[in-house]
Amino acid sequence: MKKTFMYITMFIITIIYLVPFYILLNVAFKPTTDTSSFWVPPRQFYLGNFTNAWINAKLSRAFINNIIITFCVVAVVIIISSCAAYPLARYRTKLNNIVYMLCISCIVVPPLTILVPLYKLIVDTTGTSTYLGIILPHIAFQLPMAIFLYTGFISSLSRELDEAALIDGCSRFSIFYRIILPLLKPVTATIVIFVGVNVWNDYTFSVFFLQKPSMYTITVGLSQFFSQFSNEINWVAAGCLLGMLPLTTLYMFMQQYFVKGLTAGAVKG
Amino acid sequence: MNNAFAKKLKSPSVLNIMYIPALIFFVVFIFYPFVKGVRISFLEWNGYSQNSRWVGLDNYKRMFADPDFYTTVKNTFIYGVGSTLFQNVIGLAFALLLDQKLKGKVFVRTVVYLPVMISSIIMGYIWYFFFKYDGGAVNDLIRFISADTEPIDWLASSDRSVWIITFVNTLQYLGIAMMIYIAGLQGISKDYYEAAYIDGAKGFSVFKNVTLPLLMPSITVNIILNIIGGLKLFDVIMAMTSGGPGYSSSSISTMMYQIYFVRMDAGYAAAMGNFMFMMITVISMFLLLYLRKKEVEL
Repeated sequence: MKKTFMYITMFIITIIYLVPFYILLNVAFKPTTDTSSFWVPPRQFYLGNFTNAWINAKLSRAFINNIIITFCVVAVVIIISSCAAYPLARYRTKLNNIVYMLCISCIVVPPLTILVPLYKLIVDTTGTSTYLGIILPHIAFQLPMAIFLYTGFISSLSRELDEAALIDGCSRFSIFYRIILPLLKPVTATIVIFVGVNVWNDYTFSVFFLQKPSMYTITVGLSQFFSQFSNEINWVAAGCLLGMLPLTTLYMFMQQYFVKGLTAGAVKG
Repeated sequence: MNNAFAKKLKSPSVLNIMYIPALIFFVVFIFYPFVKGVRISFLEWNGYSQNSRWVGLDNYKRMFADPDFYTTVKNTFIYGVGSTLFQNVIGLAFALLLDQKLKGKVFVRTVVYLPVMISSIIMGYIWYFFFKYDGGAVNDLIRFISADTEPIDWLASSDRSVWIITFVNTLQYLGIAMMIYIAGLQGISKDYYEAAYIDGAKGFSVFKNVTLPLLMPSITVNIILNIIGGLKLFDVIMAMTSGGPGYSSSSISTMMYQIYFVRMDAGYAAAMGNFMFMMITVISMFLLLYLRKKEVEL
């Protein structure tokens, strides 16, 4: 009896979560001329919306931009944060503790609150609508959490590793490079996913810093597309479906990594 | 290798240069803009010209005299507190359910977590298909149930739109809260439950006296996370209403965006940014201290 009730609840939850996707698919596969309710499945699978969305929202360009930006941010964040975490985890001097506290306090700064001066800074230096102009602020705001996760992980590694290597004549830098770095793989996977998903899905920074159509990311491209073609709702639906496809597909295949990556970033914050 | 140099490479302090790149990023892109933002908030400036005028606290005075500002602060609180409440209550309920021995629970978890992968701007558009006035899925459903009901313009008045946006945000990020609670539940040793049963505790009293206190660290994390997320909500609002009509469903963040890019009032926008920063910092610090104290008490 109790079990039956639980299964019914599970079923209802699943329905509530899948209905939006059901509606999205219906709208995306119907021609614009089909004015039947969104609840009614399409009579035939019409693909014209996808070509229209792909061309008008300039999605091919947007995908390339997304890949370039996400890749660069993830790569630089991993390098800088793993390096920064090593001294912060191993040598807890007064100075390093202050530096660590500064890093952590950056986690709570919502980027939006300083967007006006940040925007001014980008305009004055790299300029808006450049790769550098979006990648650098992203890096700055993704670093704190990455440093936090790396520092926690390195602290949990045995110090005897370092000492043994030191006695063998390793320099401090080569200890990091030869001994610690290879051990960081699991936490690196977490950080890659955490930073990657955040940057890939970002809208706040992108809408401020990328104003030239050729520089739009998927989210900005879609929002411009939406305001331009808000009557062609089927095109918008097709665009949304294309935009969310890469990450949802990855998620389906690498579920446990994604859950771990995004939840670990959250828990430890 | 030169001996002195080799020695230097072995002293711990030389490693400190490894965090200098990170510090440079923080100083240039976080600390410097923050200080600069305080300065801009004392200026009358359109955001791009070379001319600006020092007006002291005028922007802040304007802000506190602006009725639109109070609307957005109220909305921001609804987004923040509403999302936090719903995500935690429903997230915990889901976690309790999906932590049982049930077939297919992993599948349900996967489905609930799925929206976390999707950009919230896209999520906002998907829900727009539901709450659209003309041909929206919800209005169709209402008409299907009773044919002569007038369609409702869900997003036209703030009474509804603010709560709809809160609902969309809750539904999207519920998965994170749920997963954190599931992890928390699995971390509770079975011994506690056995001890409680021996003492004759049952059902709800076990939940209240054993589960909840031991889950307190997860509750703290979730509340802090959700309150910050809700107070700075931006994407979903932009997707569903752009803060409108007027500022009726605006949060501080979307109003700031409008003031900066549409009204070209950079000083005022910076003042709002500083207010928002103070607000989020004070609320999250206060909550953190309060919840940590609770954790010790329980």
